[in-house]
Amino acid sequence: MRYLPLTPDDRAAMLGVIGAASIDALYEDVPHAARRAGMVDLPPFQGEIEVERHVAALAARNRAAGQGPFFCGAGAYRHHVPASVDHIIQRSEFLTSYTPYQPEIAQGTLQYLFEFQTQVAALTGMEVANASMYDGSTGAAEAVMMACRVTRRAKAVLSGGLHPHYADTIRTLAHVAGVEIVSQAAAIDGEAAVTQAIDAATACVVVQTPNVFGTATDVSAIADAAHAAGALLIVVTTEAVSFGLLKSPGEMGADIAVAEGQSIGNGLNFGGPYVGLFATREKYLRQAPGRLCGETVDADGRRGFVLTLSTREQHIRRDKATSNICTNSGLCALAFTIHLSLLGETGLRRLAGICHAQARKTAAALAAVPGVSVLTPRFFNEIAVRLPGDAAAAVEAAAGCGVIAGVPYSRLAPNAGRDDVLLVAATELTTDADIAALAAAIAQGAA
Amino acid sequence: MRFTKDHEWVQVDGEVATIGITAYAAEQLGDVVFVELPALGKTVKPSDGLAVVESVKAASDVYAPVGGEVTAANEALSGTPETVNQDPEGAGWFVKLKLADPAQVEALMDRNAYETFLGTL
Repeated sequence: MRYLPLTPDDRAAMLGVIGAASIDALYEDVPHAARRAGMVDLPPFQGEIEVERHVAALAARNRAAGQGPFFCGAGAYRHHVPASVDHIIQRSEFLTSYTPYQPEIAQGTLQYLFEFQTQVAALTGMEVANASMYDGSTGAAEAVMMACRVTRRAKAVLSGGLHPHYADTIRTLAHVAGVEIVSQAAAIDGEAAVTQAIDAATACVVVQTPNVFGTATDVSAIADAAHAAGALLIVVTTEAVSFGLLKSPGEMGADIAVAEGQSIGNGLNFGGPYVGLFATREKYLRQAPGRLCGETVDADGRRGFVLTLSTREQHIRRDKATSNICTNSGLCALAFTIHLSLLGETGLRRLAGICHAQARKTAAALAAVPGVSVLTPRFFNEIAVRLPGDAAAAVEAAAGCGVIAGVPYSRLAPNAGRDDVLLVAATELTTDADIAALAAAIAQGAA
Repeated sequence: MRFTKDHEWVQVDGEVATIGITAYAAEQLGDVVFVELPALGKTVKPSDGLAVVESVKAASDVYAPVGGEVTAANEALSGTPETVNQDPEGAGWFVKLKLADPAQVEALMDRNAYETFLGTL
Protein backbone atom coordinates (compact mmCIF):
# COMPACT_ATOMS: atom_id res chain seq x y z
CA MET A 1 0.00 0.00 0.00
CA ARG A 2 1.32 3.42 -0.89
CA TYR A 3 1.17 6.12 1.69
CA LEU A 4 0.21 9.41 0.08
CA PRO A 5 0.00 12.36 2.44
CA LEU A 6 -2.45 15.10 1.66
CA THR A 7 -1.32 17.74 -0.84
CA PRO A 8 -1.64 21.44 0.04
CA ASP A 9 -4.52 21.56 -2.46
CA ASP A 10 -6.33 18.71 -0.61
CA ARG A 11 -5.95 20.57 2.66
CA ALA A 12 -7.15 23.85 1.19
CA ALA A 13 -10.22 22.12 -0.27
CA MET A 14 -11.09 20.51 3.08
CA LEU A 15 -10.57 23.74 5.01
CA GLY A 16 -12.74 25.52 2.42
CA VAL A 17 -15.62 23.07 3.00
CA ILE A 18 -15.65 23.60 6.77
CA GLY A 19 -14.93 27.32 6.50
CA ALA A 20 -11.61 27.46 8.33
CA ALA A 21 -8.83 29.72 7.15
CA SER A 22 -5.97 27.47 8.27
CA ILE A 23 -5.24 24.34 10.28
CA ASP A 24 -4.15 26.51 13.21
CA ALA A 25 -7.60 28.12 13.16
CA LEU A 26 -9.06 24.76 14.15
CA TYR A 27 -7.27 25.10 17.49
CA GLU A 28 -8.43 28.61 18.35
CA ASP A 29 -10.56 27.31 21.24
CA VAL A 30 -7.42 26.00 22.97
CA PRO A 31 -6.07 28.71 25.29
CA HIS A 32 -2.80 30.25 24.05
CA ALA A 33 -1.08 29.40 27.32
CA ALA A 34 -1.73 25.70 26.69
CA ARG A 35 -0.28 25.76 23.16
CA ARG A 36 3.31 25.19 22.21
CA ALA A 37 4.89 28.01 20.29
CA GLY A 38 6.95 26.93 17.31
CA MET A 39 7.96 23.46 16.28
CA VAL A 40 9.13 20.55 18.43
CA ASP A 41 12.92 20.57 18.58
CA LEU A 42 13.61 17.56 16.38
CA PRO A 43 15.61 17.25 13.18
CA PRO A 44 13.34 17.32 10.10
CA PHE A 45 14.41 13.80 9.13
CA GLN A 46 17.07 11.17 9.80
CA GLY A 47 17.96 7.85 8.25
CA GLU A 48 17.05 4.58 9.97
CA ILE A 49 20.65 3.88 10.99
CA GLU A 50 21.02 7.29 12.64
CA VAL A 51 17.68 6.95 14.44
CA GLU A 52 18.57 3.46 15.69
CA ARG A 53 21.94 4.67 16.94
CA HIS A 54 20.41 7.66 18.71
CA VAL A 55 17.59 5.70 20.35
CA ALA A 56 19.96 2.90 21.39
CA ALA A 57 22.12 5.51 23.16
CA LEU A 58 19.05 6.86 24.95
CA ALA A 59 17.93 3.33 25.91
CA ALA A 60 21.40 2.58 27.34
CA ARG A 61 20.79 5.30 29.93
CA ASN A 62 17.94 3.18 31.36
CA ARG A 63 18.59 0.66 34.07
CA ALA A 64 16.52 -2.50 33.88
CA ALA A 65 15.21 -4.08 37.06
CA GLY A 66 17.20 -7.24 36.39
CA GLN A 67 20.56 -5.48 36.10
CA GLY A 68 21.37 -5.60 39.77
CA PRO A 69 19.95 -5.53 43.29
CA PHE A 70 16.34 -4.33 43.02
CA PHE A 71 14.01 -3.77 45.99
CA CYS A 72 11.07 -1.85 44.53
CA GLY A 73 7.58 -3.11 45.33
CA ALA A 74 4.69 -0.90 46.45
CA GLY A 75 2.19 -2.58 44.16
CA ALA A 76 4.43 -3.97 41.38
CA TYR A 77 6.78 -6.86 42.04
CA ARG A 78 9.69 -8.32 40.09
CA HIS A 79 9.21 -12.08 40.10
CA HIS A 80 10.64 -14.75 37.87
CA VAL A 81 8.46 -15.44 34.83
CA PRO A 82 9.47 -18.85 33.45
CA ALA A 83 10.30 -19.06 29.75
CA SER A 84 7.51 -21.63 29.44
CA VAL A 85 4.92 -18.94 30.19
CA ASP A 86 6.18 -16.76 27.36
CA HIS A 87 6.25 -19.76 25.05
CA ILE A 88 2.71 -20.91 25.80
CA ILE A 89 1.07 -17.47 25.59
CA GLN A 90 2.58 -17.12 22.11
CA ARG A 91 1.10 -20.38 20.82
CA SER A 92 -1.12 -19.74 17.82
CA GLU A 93 -4.20 -20.90 19.75
CA PHE A 94 -3.73 -17.93 22.09
CA LEU A 95 -2.47 -15.32 19.64
CA THR A 96 -5.72 -13.39 19.65
CA SER A 97 -5.90 -13.48 23.41
CA TYR A 98 -8.42 -10.71 23.77
CA THR A 99 -11.72 -10.37 25.52
CA PRO A 100 -14.21 -12.41 23.50
CA TYR A 101 -16.81 -10.38 21.60
CA GLN A 102 -18.25 -13.33 19.69
CA PRO A 103 -17.60 -15.50 22.69
CA GLU A 104 -18.92 -18.97 22.02
CA ILE A 105 -16.82 -19.38 18.89
CA ALA A 106 -13.65 -18.98 20.98
CA GLN A 107 -13.98 -22.00 23.26
CA GLY A 108 -10.24 -22.06 24.04
CA THR A 109 -10.30 -18.45 25.22
CA LEU A 110 -13.39 -19.10 27.32
CA GLN A 111 -11.86 -22.22 28.83
CA TYR A 112 -8.71 -20.44 30.04
CA LEU A 113 -10.82 -17.59 31.40
CA PHE A 114 -12.90 -20.17 33.27
CA GLU A 115 -9.69 -21.69 34.66
CA PHE A 116 -8.49 -18.19 35.57
CA GLN A 117 -11.72 -17.47 37.47
CA THR A 118 -11.45 -20.80 39.25
CA GLN A 119 -7.87 -20.02 40.32
CA VAL A 120 -8.79 -16.52 41.50
CA ALA A 121 -11.73 -17.83 43.53
CA ALA A 122 -9.49 -20.49 45.11
CA LEU A 123 -6.66 -18.03 45.89
CA THR A 124 -8.94 -15.44 47.46
CA GLY A 125 -11.15 -17.98 49.24
CA MET A 126 -14.25 -16.56 47.57
CA GLU A 127 -17.13 -18.26 45.76
CA VAL A 128 -16.99 -16.52 42.38
CA ALA A 129 -14.51 -14.45 40.38
CA ASN A 130 -14.82 -12.50 37.15
CA ALA A 131 -12.64 -12.74 34.05
CA SER A 132 -10.40 -9.91 35.39
CA MET A 133 -10.27 -6.13 35.60
CA TYR A 134 -7.72 -3.66 34.19
CA ASP A 135 -5.63 -3.76 37.36
CA GLY A 136 -5.89 -3.88 41.13
CA SER A 137 -6.67 -0.19 41.59
CA THR A 138 -9.55 -0.03 39.11
CA GLY A 139 -10.80 -3.30 40.56
CA ALA A 140 -10.85 -1.63 43.99
CA ALA A 141 -12.84 1.31 42.62
CA GLU A 142 -15.31 -1.08 40.96
CA ALA A 143 -15.64 -2.95 44.26
CA VAL A 144 -16.65 0.27 46.04
CA MET A 145 -19.28 1.00 43.37
CA MET A 146 -20.56 -2.56 43.68
CA ALA A 147 -20.83 -2.31 47.47
CA CYS A 148 -22.91 0.85 47.03
CA ARG A 149 -25.30 -1.01 44.70
CA VAL A 150 -25.60 -3.97 47.06
CA THR A 151 -26.19 -1.90 50.20
CA ARG A 152 -27.98 1.01 48.48
CA ARG A 153 -25.70 3.30 50.47
CA ALA A 154 -23.16 5.81 49.17
CA LYS A 155 -20.22 6.06 51.56
CA ALA A 156 -16.93 4.18 51.67
CA VAL A 157 -14.29 4.18 54.41
CA LEU A 158 -10.68 3.67 53.23
CA SER A 159 -8.04 2.42 55.63
CA GLY A 160 -4.79 4.27 56.25
CA GLY A 161 -2.89 1.29 54.89
CA LEU A 162 -4.52 1.39 51.47
CA HIS A 163 -2.05 2.14 48.66
CA PRO A 164 -2.36 5.89 47.95
CA HIS A 165 -2.71 5.23 44.20
CA TYR A 166 -5.60 2.87 44.88
CA ALA A 167 -7.23 5.50 47.10
CA ASP A 168 -6.79 8.06 44.32
CA THR A 169 -8.41 5.75 41.77
CA ILE A 170 -11.35 5.10 44.10
CA ARG A 171 -11.77 8.85 44.71
CA THR A 172 -11.73 9.58 40.98
CA LEU A 173 -14.62 7.21 40.29
CA ALA A 174 -16.44 8.06 43.53
CA HIS A 175 -16.36 11.76 42.67
CA VAL A 176 -18.40 11.28 39.49
CA ALA A 177 -20.60 8.57 41.02
CA GLY A 178 -21.59 10.74 43.99
CA VAL A 179 -20.06 8.41 46.57
CA GLU A 180 -18.64 9.94 49.74
CA ILE A 181 -15.12 8.77 50.61
CA VAL A 182 -13.79 8.87 54.16
CA SER A 183 -10.02 8.30 54.25
CA GLN A 184 -8.23 7.34 57.42
CA ALA A 185 -4.84 8.87 58.18
CA ALA A 186 -1.92 6.82 56.88
CA ALA A 187 -0.86 4.25 59.44
CA ILE A 188 1.74 1.48 59.39
CA ASP A 189 -0.47 -0.89 61.40
CA GLY A 190 -3.88 0.72 61.46
CA GLU A 191 -6.28 -1.37 59.40
CA ALA A 192 -8.44 -2.02 62.47
CA ALA A 193 -9.01 1.72 62.93
CA VAL A 194 -11.50 1.72 60.04
CA THR A 195 -14.11 0.27 62.37
CA GLN A 196 -14.28 3.61 64.21
CA ALA A 197 -15.56 5.31 61.07
CA ILE A 198 -18.33 2.81 60.24
CA ASP A 199 -21.85 4.15 60.64
CA ALA A 200 -25.34 3.36 59.35
CA ALA A 201 -24.62 5.13 56.05
CA THR A 202 -21.43 3.16 55.29
CA ALA A 203 -21.64 0.96 52.21
CA CYS A 204 -18.21 -0.58 52.65
CA VAL A 205 -14.83 -0.45 54.30
CA VAL A 206 -11.72 -0.95 52.19
CA VAL A 207 -8.69 -2.48 53.88
CA GLN A 208 -5.46 -3.78 52.44
CA THR A 209 -3.38 -6.75 53.55
CA PRO A 210 -0.47 -6.83 53.29
CA ASN A 211 -0.95 -3.05 53.29
CA VAL A 212 1.15 -0.43 51.52
CA PHE A 213 3.64 -0.50 54.40
CA GLY A 214 3.84 -4.28 54.13
CA THR A 215 1.84 -4.99 57.28
CA ALA A 216 -0.18 -8.20 57.15
CA THR A 217 -3.40 -8.07 59.16
CA ASP A 218 -6.09 -10.60 60.08
CA VAL A 219 -9.13 -8.52 59.18
CA SER A 220 -11.75 -10.94 60.56
CA ALA A 221 -12.79 -8.55 63.35
CA ILE A 222 -13.17 -5.73 60.81
CA ALA A 223 -15.45 -7.98 58.76
CA ASP A 224 -17.63 -8.57 61.82
CA ALA A 225 -17.82 -4.85 62.60
CA ALA A 226 -18.71 -4.01 58.99
CA HIS A 227 -21.37 -6.70 58.79
CA ALA A 228 -22.90 -5.62 62.10
CA ALA A 229 -23.48 -2.21 60.52
CA GLY A 230 -24.84 -3.66 57.28
CA ALA A 231 -21.69 -2.69 55.38
CA LEU A 232 -19.48 -4.85 53.15
CA LEU A 233 -15.79 -5.56 53.66
CA ILE A 234 -13.52 -5.10 50.65
CA VAL A 235 -10.06 -6.61 51.04
CA VAL A 236 -7.32 -5.37 48.70
CA THR A 237 -4.06 -7.21 48.07
CA THR A 238 -1.33 -5.82 45.84
CA GLU A 239 1.00 -8.82 46.03
CA ALA A 240 -0.88 -11.90 44.78
CA VAL A 241 1.96 -14.26 45.73
CA SER A 242 1.06 -13.55 49.38
CA PHE A 243 -2.04 -15.75 48.92
CA GLY A 244 0.36 -18.67 48.97
CA LEU A 245 1.17 -18.06 52.63
CA LEU A 246 -1.43 -15.82 54.25
CA LYS A 247 -5.04 -16.40 55.28
CA SER A 248 -7.29 -15.65 52.30
CA PRO A 249 -9.73 -12.70 52.23
CA GLY A 250 -12.61 -15.18 52.05
CA GLU A 251 -11.50 -16.95 55.23
CA MET A 252 -11.41 -13.57 56.98
CA GLY A 253 -14.98 -12.67 55.99
CA ALA A 254 -14.42 -10.43 52.95
CA ASP A 255 -17.45 -9.73 50.79
CA ILE A 256 -15.32 -8.60 47.87
CA ALA A 257 -11.65 -9.49 47.34
CA VAL A 258 -9.61 -7.39 44.94
CA ALA A 259 -5.99 -7.94 44.02
CA GLU A 260 -3.28 -6.99 41.57
CA GLY A 261 -2.33 -10.16 39.71
CA GLN A 262 0.84 -8.86 38.04
CA SER A 263 3.12 -10.80 40.39
CA ILE A 264 2.07 -14.10 38.89
CA GLY A 265 3.16 -14.63 35.29
CA ASN A 266 3.58 -10.98 34.36
CA GLY A 267 6.64 -8.75 34.24
CA LEU A 268 6.83 -5.22 35.59
CA ASN A 269 5.91 -3.97 32.08
CA PHE A 270 6.76 -0.35 32.93
CA GLY A 271 3.68 -0.21 35.18
CA GLY A 272 1.16 -1.86 32.83
CA PRO A 273 -0.68 -3.66 31.36
CA TYR A 274 -1.57 -5.49 34.56
CA VAL A 275 -4.44 -7.73 35.56
CA GLY A 276 -6.97 -7.08 38.32
CA LEU A 277 -8.35 -10.00 40.29
CA PHE A 278 -11.96 -9.56 41.42
CA ALA A 279 -13.88 -12.10 43.50
CA THR A 280 -17.01 -12.02 45.62
CA ARG A 281 -19.78 -14.01 47.27
CA GLU A 282 -22.25 -15.77 44.99
CA LYS A 283 -25.19 -13.86 46.49
CA TYR A 284 -23.69 -10.59 45.18
CA LEU A 285 -22.81 -11.90 41.73
CA ARG A 286 -25.52 -9.97 39.89
CA GLN A 287 -24.03 -6.70 41.10
CA ALA A 288 -20.49 -7.64 40.04
CA PRO A 289 -18.71 -5.75 37.25
CA GLY A 290 -16.97 -7.28 34.27
CA ARG A 291 -17.18 -10.39 32.19
CA LEU A 292 -18.07 -13.76 33.63
CA CYS A 293 -17.33 -17.08 32.02
CA GLY A 294 -19.42 -20.14 32.85
CA GLU A 295 -19.23 -23.85 32.18
CA THR A 296 -22.17 -25.61 30.53
CA VAL A 297 -23.03 -28.40 28.12
CA ASP A 298 -24.04 -28.03 24.47
CA ALA A 299 -27.07 -29.57 22.77
CA ASP A 300 -25.22 -32.89 22.53
CA GLY A 301 -24.25 -32.89 26.18
CA ARG A 302 -20.61 -32.00 25.58
CA ARG A 303 -18.73 -29.72 27.99
CA GLY A 304 -18.54 -26.13 26.76
CA PHE A 305 -18.04 -22.57 27.97
CA VAL A 306 -20.11 -19.40 27.63
CA LEU A 307 -20.07 -15.82 28.79
CA THR A 308 -22.84 -15.68 31.34
CA LEU A 309 -24.95 -13.12 33.22
CA SER A 310 -24.22 -10.70 30.37
CA THR A 311 -27.39 -8.79 31.19
CA ARG A 312 -25.31 -6.97 33.83
CA GLU A 313 -23.09 -5.62 31.09
CA GLN A 314 -23.16 -2.40 29.13
CA HIS A 315 -23.96 -3.80 25.70
CA ILE A 316 -27.30 -5.05 27.07
CA ARG A 317 -28.01 -3.01 30.19
CA ARG A 318 -26.77 0.32 28.77
CA ASP A 319 -26.69 3.10 31.38
CA LYS A 320 -27.87 0.73 34.10
CA ALA A 321 -25.00 -1.72 33.61
CA THR A 322 -23.08 -2.65 36.74
CA SER A 323 -19.92 -1.15 35.21
CA ASN A 324 -18.67 0.45 32.03
CA ILE A 325 -15.89 -2.12 31.77
CA CYS A 326 -16.65 -4.15 28.61
CA THR A 327 -13.37 -6.01 28.49
CA ASN A 328 -10.82 -7.80 30.59
CA SER A 329 -7.02 -8.11 30.71
CA GLY A 330 -7.05 -11.14 28.44
CA LEU A 331 -3.35 -11.65 27.75
CA CYS A 332 -2.17 -10.86 31.29
CA ALA A 333 -4.88 -13.17 32.68
CA LEU A 334 -3.64 -15.89 30.35
CA ALA A 335 -0.04 -15.47 31.56
CA PHE A 336 -1.32 -15.52 35.17
CA THR A 337 -3.29 -18.72 34.56
CA ILE A 338 -0.40 -20.49 32.85
CA HIS A 339 2.16 -19.55 35.50
CA LEU A 340 -0.15 -20.52 38.35
CA SER A 341 -0.98 -23.82 36.61
CA LEU A 342 2.73 -24.54 36.31
CA LEU A 343 3.36 -23.63 39.95
CA GLY A 344 0.39 -25.54 41.33
CA GLU A 345 -0.66 -25.20 44.95
CA THR A 346 2.59 -26.66 46.29
CA GLY A 347 4.72 -24.49 44.02
CA LEU A 348 2.90 -21.32 45.00
CA ARG A 349 3.36 -22.09 48.70
CA ARG A 350 7.07 -22.71 48.16
CA LEU A 351 7.42 -19.53 46.10
CA ALA A 352 5.66 -17.50 48.79
CA GLY A 353 7.88 -19.10 51.44
CA ILE A 354 11.04 -18.08 49.61
CA CYS A 355 9.79 -14.50 49.16
CA HIS A 356 9.03 -14.27 52.88
CA ALA A 357 12.40 -15.78 53.85
CA GLN A 358 14.28 -13.30 51.67
CA ALA A 359 12.23 -10.43 53.12
CA ARG A 360 13.12 -11.56 56.66
CA LYS A 361 16.80 -11.55 55.78
CA THR A 362 16.39 -8.10 54.21
CA ALA A 363 14.66 -6.77 57.32
CA ALA A 364 17.37 -8.21 59.58
CA ALA A 365 20.16 -6.74 57.44
CA LEU A 366 18.56 -3.29 57.40
CA ALA A 367 17.75 -3.37 61.13
CA ALA A 368 21.47 -3.92 61.73
CA VAL A 369 22.34 -0.67 59.98
CA PRO A 370 22.89 2.07 62.61
CA GLY A 371 20.10 4.65 62.51
CA VAL A 372 17.73 2.46 60.47
CA SER A 373 14.61 0.91 62.00
CA VAL A 374 12.09 -1.54 60.58
CA LEU A 375 8.57 -0.17 61.09
CA THR A 376 6.46 -3.08 59.80
CA PRO A 377 5.39 -5.38 62.64
CA ARG A 378 4.14 -8.38 60.57
CA PHE A 379 5.04 -8.73 56.94
CA PHE A 380 5.00 -11.03 53.93
CA ASN A 381 7.65 -9.80 51.51
CA GLU A 382 7.69 -6.03 51.97
CA ILE A 383 8.70 -3.76 54.80
CA ALA A 384 8.71 -0.07 55.61
CA VAL A 385 11.96 1.18 57.14
CA ARG A 386 12.78 4.53 58.70
CA LEU A 387 16.07 6.00 57.50
CA PRO A 388 18.10 8.64 59.33
CA GLY A 389 17.43 11.08 56.48
CA ASP A 390 15.36 11.65 53.37
CA ALA A 391 14.42 8.36 51.70
CA ALA A 392 14.30 9.75 48.16
CA ALA A 393 17.85 11.08 48.57
CA ALA A 394 18.96 7.72 49.97
CA VAL A 395 17.51 5.94 46.93
CA GLU A 396 19.39 8.29 44.60
CA ALA A 397 22.62 7.72 46.51
CA ALA A 398 22.18 3.92 46.50
CA ALA A 399 21.49 3.99 42.76
CA GLY A 400 24.95 5.47 42.42
CA CYS A 401 26.25 2.25 44.01
CA GLY A 402 24.20 0.17 41.54
CA VAL A 403 21.48 -0.69 44.07
CA ILE A 404 17.81 0.12 43.49
CA ALA A 405 16.90 0.34 47.16
CA GLY A 406 13.11 0.58 47.04
CA VAL A 407 10.28 3.09 46.76
CA PRO A 408 10.36 6.20 48.98
CA TYR A 409 6.91 6.53 50.57
CA SER A 410 7.00 10.23 49.68
CA ARG A 411 6.84 9.19 46.03
CA LEU A 412 3.39 7.63 46.64
CA ALA A 413 2.19 10.28 49.08
CA PRO A 414 4.07 13.59 48.74
CA ASN A 415 3.89 15.96 51.70
CA ALA A 416 2.63 13.23 54.02
CA GLY A 417 5.38 13.95 56.55
CA ARG A 418 6.97 10.55 56.05
CA ASP A 419 9.89 11.55 53.87
CA ASP A 420 12.22 9.25 55.85
CA VAL A 421 10.18 6.11 55.09
CA LEU A 422 11.43 3.66 52.48
CA LEU A 423 9.39 0.71 51.19
CA VAL A 424 11.56 -2.33 50.52
CA ALA A 425 10.33 -5.53 48.85
CA ALA A 426 12.05 -8.87 48.36
CA THR A 427 11.11 -11.75 46.09
CA GLU A 428 12.57 -15.11 45.05
CA LEU A 429 14.85 -13.12 42.72
CA THR A 430 16.46 -11.34 45.68
CA THR A 431 19.80 -12.97 46.43
CA ASP A 432 21.72 -12.88 49.69
CA ALA A 433 24.38 -10.84 47.84
CA ASP A 434 21.67 -8.32 46.82
CA ILE A 435 20.66 -7.96 50.46
CA ALA A 436 24.27 -7.39 51.55
CA ALA A 437 24.69 -4.78 48.80
CA LEU A 438 21.48 -3.02 49.91
CA ALA A 439 22.57 -2.90 53.54
CA ALA A 440 25.98 -1.60 52.54
CA ALA A 441 24.52 1.09 50.29
CA ILE A 442 22.06 2.25 52.96
CA ALA A 443 24.80 2.19 55.62
CA GLN A 444 27.01 4.33 53.40
CA GLY A 445 24.18 6.82 52.96
CA ALA A 446 23.36 6.81 56.65
CA ALA A 447 26.93 7.38 57.74
CA MET B 1 -56.97 -4.12 36.88
CA ARG B 2 -55.49 -1.35 34.72
CA PHE B 3 -52.74 -1.53 32.10
CA THR B 4 -50.06 0.56 30.39
CA LYS B 5 -48.59 0.54 26.89
CA ASP B 6 -45.32 -0.60 28.49
CA HIS B 7 -47.18 -3.76 29.60
CA GLU B 8 -47.37 -3.11 33.31
CA TRP B 9 -50.56 -3.83 35.26
CA VAL B 10 -51.94 -2.06 38.31
CA GLN B 11 -54.44 -3.46 40.81
CA VAL B 12 -55.74 -0.94 43.32
CA ASP B 13 -56.92 -1.88 46.79
CA GLY B 14 -57.79 1.15 48.84
CA GLU B 15 -54.80 3.48 48.58
CA VAL B 16 -52.35 0.70 47.71
CA ALA B 17 -51.54 -0.22 44.11
CA THR B 18 -50.01 -3.60 43.31
CA ILE B 19 -47.89 -3.56 40.14
CA GLY B 20 -46.54 -6.27 37.87
CA ILE B 21 -45.96 -7.06 34.22
CA THR B 22 -48.68 -8.48 31.98
CA ALA B 23 -48.96 -12.03 30.69
CA TYR B 24 -48.14 -10.67 27.22
CA ALA B 25 -44.90 -9.07 28.52
CA ALA B 26 -43.87 -12.24 30.36
CA GLU B 27 -44.51 -14.29 27.22
CA GLN B 28 -42.45 -11.91 25.09
CA LEU B 29 -39.53 -11.82 27.55
CA GLY B 30 -39.22 -15.59 27.75
CA ASP B 31 -37.80 -17.26 30.85
CA VAL B 32 -37.35 -14.63 33.55
CA VAL B 33 -34.14 -15.24 35.52
CA PHE B 34 -33.95 -12.21 37.79
CA VAL B 35 -36.01 -9.28 39.03
CA GLU B 36 -34.33 -6.25 40.55
CA LEU B 37 -36.71 -4.59 42.99
CA PRO B 38 -36.64 -1.08 44.50
CA ALA B 39 -35.87 -0.24 48.12
CA LEU B 40 -38.82 0.19 50.45
CA GLY B 41 -39.67 3.83 51.00
CA LYS B 42 -38.51 4.91 47.54
CA THR B 43 -40.81 7.52 46.01
CA VAL B 44 -41.55 7.37 42.29
CA LYS B 45 -43.38 9.49 39.76
CA PRO B 46 -45.27 8.00 36.80
CA SER B 47 -42.78 6.71 34.17
CA ASP B 48 -39.86 6.53 36.61
CA GLY B 49 -37.87 3.30 36.53
CA LEU B 50 -39.37 1.04 39.20
CA ALA B 51 -37.77 -2.38 38.69
CA VAL B 52 -35.68 -4.33 36.18
CA VAL B 53 -36.71 -7.70 34.82
CA GLU B 54 -34.10 -9.95 33.28
CA SER B 55 -34.76 -12.86 31.00
CA VAL B 56 -32.14 -15.12 29.47
CA LYS B 57 -31.26 -12.63 26.73
CA ALA B 58 -32.53 -9.21 27.78
CA ALA B 59 -32.88 -6.83 30.67
CA SER B 60 -35.90 -4.53 30.60
CA ASP B 61 -36.94 -1.64 32.76
CA VAL B 62 -40.31 -1.75 34.46
CA TYR B 63 -41.74 1.75 34.79
CA ALA B 64 -44.03 3.08 37.48
CA PRO B 65 -47.52 3.31 35.91
CA VAL B 66 -48.53 5.66 38.73
CA GLY B 67 -46.72 7.70 41.36
CA GLY B 68 -46.30 6.79 45.01
CA GLU B 69 -44.14 5.36 47.74
CA VAL B 70 -42.87 1.77 47.65
CA THR B 71 -44.42 -0.08 50.61
CA ALA B 72 -43.65 -3.67 49.58
CA ALA B 73 -41.53 -5.59 47.08
CA ASN B 74 -42.09 -9.22 46.17
CA GLU B 75 -38.89 -10.64 47.64
CA ALA B 76 -40.07 -14.19 46.83
CA LEU B 77 -39.09 -13.46 43.24
CA SER B 78 -35.37 -13.44 44.15
CA GLY B 79 -35.55 -17.19 44.79
CA THR B 80 -38.20 -18.07 42.22
CA PRO B 81 -38.14 -15.58 39.35
CA GLU B 82 -40.00 -18.13 37.20
CA THR B 83 -43.16 -17.13 39.09
CA VAL B 84 -43.26 -14.12 36.76
CA ASN B 85 -43.79 -16.51 33.82
CA GLN B 86 -46.11 -18.86 35.69
CA ASP B 87 -48.47 -16.31 37.25
CA PRO B 88 -47.58 -12.86 35.92
CA GLU B 89 -50.79 -11.15 36.93
CA GLY B 90 -51.00 -12.81 40.37
CA ALA B 91 -48.19 -14.28 42.48
CA GLY B 92 -45.66 -12.74 40.07
CA TRP B 93 -46.40 -9.18 41.28
CA PHE B 94 -43.38 -6.88 41.68
CA VAL B 95 -44.15 -3.92 43.92
CA LYS B 96 -46.83 -2.32 46.06
CA LEU B 97 -47.09 1.47 46.04
CA LYS B 98 -48.96 3.79 48.37
CA LEU B 99 -50.70 5.93 45.73
CA ALA B 100 -49.77 9.58 45.53
CA ASP B 101 -52.78 10.42 43.36
CA PRO B 102 -55.52 7.82 42.78
CA ALA B 103 -56.69 9.78 39.72
CA GLN B 104 -53.55 8.62 37.88
CA VAL B 105 -54.99 5.09 37.84
CA GLU B 106 -58.09 6.25 36.00
CA ALA B 107 -55.95 7.49 33.11
CA LEU B 108 -54.68 3.94 32.40
CA MET B 109 -56.26 1.41 30.02
CA ASP B 110 -58.84 -1.11 31.22
CA ARG B 111 -58.54 -4.71 30.08
CA ASN B 112 -60.64 -4.22 26.94
CA ALA B 113 -58.58 -1.23 25.86
CA TYR B 114 -55.34 -3.13 26.57
CA GLU B 115 -56.51 -6.18 24.56
CA THR B 116 -57.37 -3.83 21.68
CA PHE B 117 -53.92 -2.22 22.02
CA LEU B 118 -52.25 -5.67 21.90
CA GLY B 119 -54.14 -6.37 18.68
CA THR B 120 -52.38 -3.43 17.05
CA LEU B 121 -48.86 -4.74 17.87
